[in-house]
Amino acid sequence: MTLSVAMTVNGKAVSGKVEARTLLVQFLRENLGMTGTHVGCDTSQCGACVVDVDGKSVKSCTMLAVQAEGTKVTTIEGLAPSADKLHPMQEAFRDNHALQCGFCTPGMVMSAIDMVKRNNYQLDEATVRRELEGNLCRCTGYHNIVKAILAAAPAMKSAGV
Amino acid sequence: MTAGTGIGARVLRREDKRFLTGTGRYVDDLPLARATYAYFLRSPHAHAKIKSIDTAKAKAMPGVVEIFTGKDTADAKMGGLICGWVVKDKNGEPHKAPAHPVMALDTVRYVGDTVAMIVANSIDEAKDAAEAIKVDYEVKPANVDLAHALDKGAPQVHPEAPGNLIYDWEIGVKADVDAAFAKAAHVTKLDVVNNRLIPNAMEPRAAAAEYDKGTGNYTLWSTSQNPHVLRLILSAFVLGIPEHKLRVVAPDVGGGFGSKIFCYNEETMVCWAASRVGRPIKWTAERSESFMTDAHGRDHVTHAELAMDKDGKFLALKVETIANMGAYLSTFSTAVPTYLYATLLAGQYTTPLIYANVKAAVTHTAPVDAYRGAGRPEATFVIESIVSKAAVEMKMDTAELRRKNFIPKEAFPYQTPVALQYDSGNYPPIIDEAIKISGYKDFESRRAEAKSRGKLRGIGFSSYIEACGLAPSNVVGSLGAGVGQWESAQIKFNPTGNVQVMTGAHSHGQGHETTFAQLIHDRLGVPMDQIEIVHGDTSTTPFGMGTYGSRSLAVGGSAIMKATDKIIAKGKKVAAHLMEADVADVEFENGSFKVAGTDKSVPLGQVVFAAYVPHNYPLAEVEPGMDENAFYDPANFVYPSGTQICEVEIDPDTGKVEVIAHTAVDDFGNIINPMIVEGQVHGGIVQGVGQALFENAVYDKGTGQLISGSYMDYTMPRADNFPSFKLGYKTTPCPHNPLGVKGCGEAGAIAAPAAVMNAVRDALAPLGIKHVEMPATPLNIWQTIQGAHGVAAE
Amino acid sequence: MYDFAYHRPKTLADAVATLKGKDEARPMSGGMTLIPTLKQRLAKPSDVVDLGGIKELAGIKADASSVTIGAMTKHYDVSVSPDVKKTIPALAELAGHIGDPAVRNRGTIGGSVANSDPAADYPAAVVALNATITTNTGKHAADGFFKGLFETALKDGELITSITFPKPEKAAYMKFPNPASRYAMVGVFVAKTKDGVRVAVTGAGSAVFRVKAMEDALAKNFTSAAIKDIKIPSKDLNSDIHGSAEYRAHLVGVMARRAVDAANK
Repeated sequence: MTLSVAMTVNGKAVSGKVEARTLLVQFLRENLGMTGTHVGCDTSQCGACVVDVDGKSVKSCTMLAVQAEGTKVTTIEGLAPSADKLHPMQEAFRDNHALQCGFCTPGMVMSAIDMVKRNNYQLDEATVRRELEGNLCRCTGYHNIVKAILAAAPAMKSAGV
Repeated sequence: MTAGTGIGARVLRREDKRFLTGTGRYVDDLPLARATYAYFLRSPHAHAKIKSIDTAKAKAMPGVVEIFTGKDTADAKMGGLICGWVVKDKNGEPHKAPAHPVMALDTVRYVGDTVAMIVANSIDEAKDAAEAIKVDYEVKPANVDLAHALDKGAPQVHPEAPGNLIYDWEIGVKADVDAAFAKAAHVTKLDVVNNRLIPNAMEPRAAAAEYDKGTGNYTLWSTSQNPHVLRLILSAFVLGIPEHKLRVVAPDVGGGFGSKIFCYNEETMVCWAASRVGRPIKWTAERSESFMTDAHGRDHVTHAELAMDKDGKFLALKVETIANMGAYLSTFSTAVPTYLYATLLAGQYTTPLIYANVKAAVTHTAPVDAYRGAGRPEATFVIESIVSKAAVEMKMDTAELRRKNFIPKEAFPYQTPVALQYDSGNYPPIIDEAIKISGYKDFESRRAEAKSRGKLRGIGFSSYIEACGLAPSNVVGSLGAGVGQWESAQIKFNPTGNVQVMTGAHSHGQGHETTFAQLIHDRLGVPMDQIEIVHGDTSTTPFGMGTYGSRSLAVGGSAIMKATDKIIAKGKKVAAHLMEADVADVEFENGSFKVAGTDKSVPLGQVVFAAYVPHNYPLAEVEPGMDENAFYDPANFVYPSGTQICEVEIDPDTGKVEVIAHTAVDDFGNIINPMIVEGQVHGGIVQGVGQALFENAVYDKGTGQLISGSYMDYTMPRADNFPSFKLGYKTTPCPHNPLGVKGCGEAGAIAAPAAVMNAVRDALAPLGIKHVEMPATPLNIWQTIQGAHGVAAE
Repeated sequence: MYDFAYHRPKTLADAVATLKGKDEARPMSGGMTLIPTLKQRLAKPSDVVDLGGIKELAGIKADASSVTIGAMTKHYDVSVSPDVKKTIPALAELAGHIGDPAVRNRGTIGGSVANSDPAADYPAAVVALNATITTNTGKHAADGFFKGLFETALKDGELITSITFPKPEKAAYMKFPNPASRYAMVGVFVAKTKDGVRVAVTGAGSAVFRVKAMEDALAKNFTSAAIKDIKIPSKDLNSDIHGSAEYRAHLVGVMARRAVDAANK
């Protein structure tokens, strides 16, 4: 079943033809060529595909593209305010060496931003670790990811993002 | 230099920006015009004869471009996949080398074995067609239980390997070891299973290929840790495409941990089929395929005995291991449980006599090969488990027993009884530092406090040694390796003064683009933003061996240093001409050539420009250009060492083990970028703790189905399983490479399992429990405690 | 995934009408189970009727004696709802530990209850709190609703609209997660209500079930000591590589005692 779908991705209106079975992540990667959002598993557990839909973090591998009709989607490509300035969470990941191979990173960063906002910019280590339950990383041992998120929370607050 | 951006500085990674902004480029991200998509039909059976395959209906399905089976590969006279390391058994015979067809011909040998390749206009159409292929299987009994794989009557995996035995290999003199045991005051015995692991790099394996009809050139993009080696294998053994007509590109690769070293069926087929289909082909594994078909790791069954005198001095060690090879011999599988395992059994100790016997078995399971640490975690687990057990039996402090047997620092270089010669090390200060950081001395008060809360607290040590930085070519060659183990570098200055550095190593998370740039910056004074590190493309980099075995800096970094020597040597000649001085008087420092004792100097950039625009240039003595190649073959392995101390708490009601604290103190020699090194240690520890507490590849012993075939059943370590780690360093520089560096990539995973399990055993000791197998899952611990209660009640 | 016809009705009536007469049609609420199932090609529905556009199905209402949660209310919204936190804090707590944050942002209470996954958390709350399940055709009592593995009392075309949880005197939920999937290996919801004590177990059997022996003991004495000697028979309990039936039976006791202690805090 071919359907038309239209949504806003990183502030731009986009549309395309998809099948009913097309996942949001496929639409982003294949129709829009936005390959920053990754697919790391087929059981909705690794979190590499997390994006923001209408202010909520979701697994774009577990949402149909047609379900995103009319929504505002933000992906890893849409975070940095300009070409030479990163979002405070991206900055914190770099400053704290919170990424190695980079594959889980987009989902980690998207989940982390959602986590900071949901917890009103106030986090402790135990909360960060618990709330990373849906994001797998095989390189970093999570140590520096946790550090980065704790560092980003106040930075996001003072940057007003 | 520790400030700034040179050697020793905590330089932020240059590669991070692209990964953080979604602009990294992994294989599956490649936009290929008119691409087709491949899907592999896989065996649902662990062992079956293929009576027939009917693809007629599938071929007629919408969107299907082509379907290939084993017959097509046989008709094309495609070679099989190879095992590149010949291990000779104890009679001097080379290992049994069963055929490894790229696609199953008449027999499937594990769940996931490749049966057919469907190429279609979309992946969904390919999968639709796969369901329409009819395969008539005659299911046969499967051999999946390693402990009984070599038993008489076990189902046979290959006719070429009678009794399923690939080799029966030994090292050391058994009679000498037996004699030492006869005189021992105490013998500690240990039976352990080293559980099977599934690597799970977060990026699944992927391949894409394109064939250029005009030139006859193939391009294969692959998630490879070593694109040149992959090309060599495909060219020389499997596909016969000449090396110069095949370009292999490994772009951004999302983790490897060993699993992306090997030459696999799928990338082979994608490359081969690209010319038949006439359009580019893309294939990306689904995670469930990764579980089934990525080469697994570990999987040993071991019996060990340690002989001691009355004071606890080690007299001899005896080890017998059965190692699982899986259904086919993967690229370096045979070396892992022999030269990367048994040669490490001396550990940090002066044990004068060691004998090891390793039997490698084929089974109806996925191939097993190198996984982070490869052999060395298995060796460390045996040694450090038996040493801790010996301390309990001898009623000695576990740290004291280790210290008593450490190789003293005066003894380096130290020749072990199992072939290796350790070049450098100093173990006592490492364990002292780990004891200090971990608060070991106050542990008993923490144990008592935990007991008051109903929890069982334990502490465990693991003092590891590893041989990495693979490796001297003449040594590995004499041991059966099919390739050399040097590394290459090319430093190519451009006329405007910036520089491209090509390395044969490959970064898939290790941060070479930063660490290697620090070397160039430190040595040549070129600003960091003027340096580009290029890797992962056989058409742009010199032939190299790739990244595994913690070798990139020790071997690849050394090659870069050699190339900088050549740049400086040439630059001096040019500078001497420009400054009208004698070459012998020219020195190079801080990025400029100077005439000793004068204030004359010329910056490297100006020398480079002169080399490319040689209007005023010593053309009779020096060639134009500034572009130097170097190959570095090390004199020895490097030998990082360290001690980890783990502290756990067990909830006896549920059996759940919690890691409360984990300390690692390492000697990695000189450190170029401490931030990156710490990251490697963190990740390694988590993989090691993962093996000890969580991860287990489980096949159903009857059917051979992979039960732990997804994240629903294979327990991946997650953030909430860990505390933050405590790290420390001690340094003895490597004496034989120009940087004085050792390797840091595998250490965490090598040491951690024994540290954790010794802590678990320590925690359970008050219940009379002496042994627990990995992984120490809640179920396992609960059952162990129940067993102990059962015994106590009798 | 097999392809299907996709529908996104705006009203409950439209959804019911769309499903009617289509044997192979499936309603989809949050999709947190259905989409992974479709991805694995384990189901082949002709039509998927997405309930996400039906505004009337989401929302939380509370009064002095109960909380009513619309079927399409997300786990996250339940977990942070001031009404739920005030009236039945154990229910908010339970919702806050289902899956991970991204799953909680999509998954719904109606979907979870209608699916009757043996390892889902909500069924334990529904049974222990003696909730009432309201559908487009009527009402179901909690007892008897969960019939077995992925099986409920819902008829074809019957859709949950809301679930009403009476306010208990005390309640708590304790979960021991499967180490790999993090679903409940054993979850025990204990509630002291005006009608008596109810103990519901998820994760351990083919569907949620009550433990009569514990309920009786706790009715007399609502302390963990009262149930410490009660053994749960392991017969018919789930068994897999993470937990044998015996282990699960043991965990039911441990989690029940911890839940009682938590409820008494």
